[in-house]
Amino acid sequence: MGKKVTVYSTPTCPYCIKTKKFLKESSIDFTDIDVSSSTEKSQEMVQKTGQMGVPVVDIDGKIIVGFDKEAIEKALAS
Amino acid sequence: MMYDLIIIGAGPAGITAAVYAARKKMNFLVIAKDVGGQTALSGDIENYTGYQFITGPDLTMKFEEHMKKYGINWKENEEVVKVTGVSGVISVKTAGDTYEAKTAIIASGARWRELGIPGEKEFKNKGLTYCATCDGPLFAGRDVAVIGGGNSGLEATLQLMKIAKSVRLIEASPRLTGDRIMQDKIRIAENVTVLENTKVTAVLGEKLVSGIKINTNGKEQTLPLQGVFVEIGLMPISEFAEGIDRNEYKEIKINSRNETNIPGIFAAGDVTDVPEKQIIIAAGEGSKATLSAFRYLARQKS
Repeated sequence: MGKKVTVYSTPTCPYCIKTKKFLKESSIDFTDIDVSSSTEKSQEMVQKTGQMGVPVVDIDGKIIVGFDKEAIEKALAS
Repeated sequence: MMYDLIIIGAGPAGITAAVYAARKKMNFLVIAKDVGGQTALSGDIENYTGYQFITGPDLTMKFEEHMKKYGINWKENEEVVKVTGVSGVISVKTAGDTYEAKTAIIASGARWRELGIPGEKEFKNKGLTYCATCDGPLFAGRDVAVIGGGNSGLEATLQLMKIAKSVRLIEASPRLTGDRIMQDKIRIAENVTVLENTKVTAVLGEKLVSGIKINTNGKEQTLPLQGVFVEIGLMPISEFAEGIDRNEYKEIKINSRNETNIPGIFAAGDVTDVPEKQIIIAAGEGSKATLSAFRYLARQKS
């Protein structure tokens, strides 16, 4: 597939943990950005998405807010 | 397929019910929207016996491991839309399917209560959130408000005062109602202001939250801030259980054996009228519900 996948997350959020577990189980490589450790990165996320909830999954520029298995699969397949 | 038991929900009540059902070798199914329920969204837990300290996500993982050890039948991400019991057959309808069983345990839990004020819906996830554990870290160095002075509000304040620049803890009644041990920690924190007798009347902002309107004993005021954490309690998830007796708060009415008014349908945990909503209570209620269902089935056979 070779799509660029980035996950914006915090270490404590259960849906972030689920999202990352799902990607790992599907053997998808991704970059994990911990927005709690960097104000710069959290601002980048807010600018990209216009909102402040985590997780955010960025698949080649397609933004998915929250853990939405179907949307992630769809974006990966497109 | 007629199951012995269908368990609806996989929070502490549903998972404990499943562990007990597996050990009784019952033929059962668990249907759940997600695992852990509110436990998964809790911060630090220090009152679950056996763990002097554990986080909500970690305890959820332990629950899940414990349940899955038994290799149970499991439907995740399925939402129940209706439960009915007619002459001994319990039918559980989800968006895609209908399942049948001789007994059911409703352990669907509760979700956060909303404020119902202008700006709340518009700014959800745009500075307003119901989950301090999830979104708290995004508010590092910002000014925030926690609405609600019960245990969940105090828990959120304890988490946020370590992250945020300042925290306003807002309570509508004359005093905070949460545990004293948490209140004491909050009262000595330099970056927390407690506002009692105060109602929040609106959430303000453009793209993101920029402030809230409050009313303290009739005096209106606007507080500029970037984060609003709503922690004003819970509502039971019982919409699908319309035919079952519920109280004025929509909690499912149960007796001390976890029986509802419909034979074969039991309920456990935060969705019920059990006094006090606690992880350990929900877990205990889940075990009771399975044992009651087991006894009910034994009586049917004889």
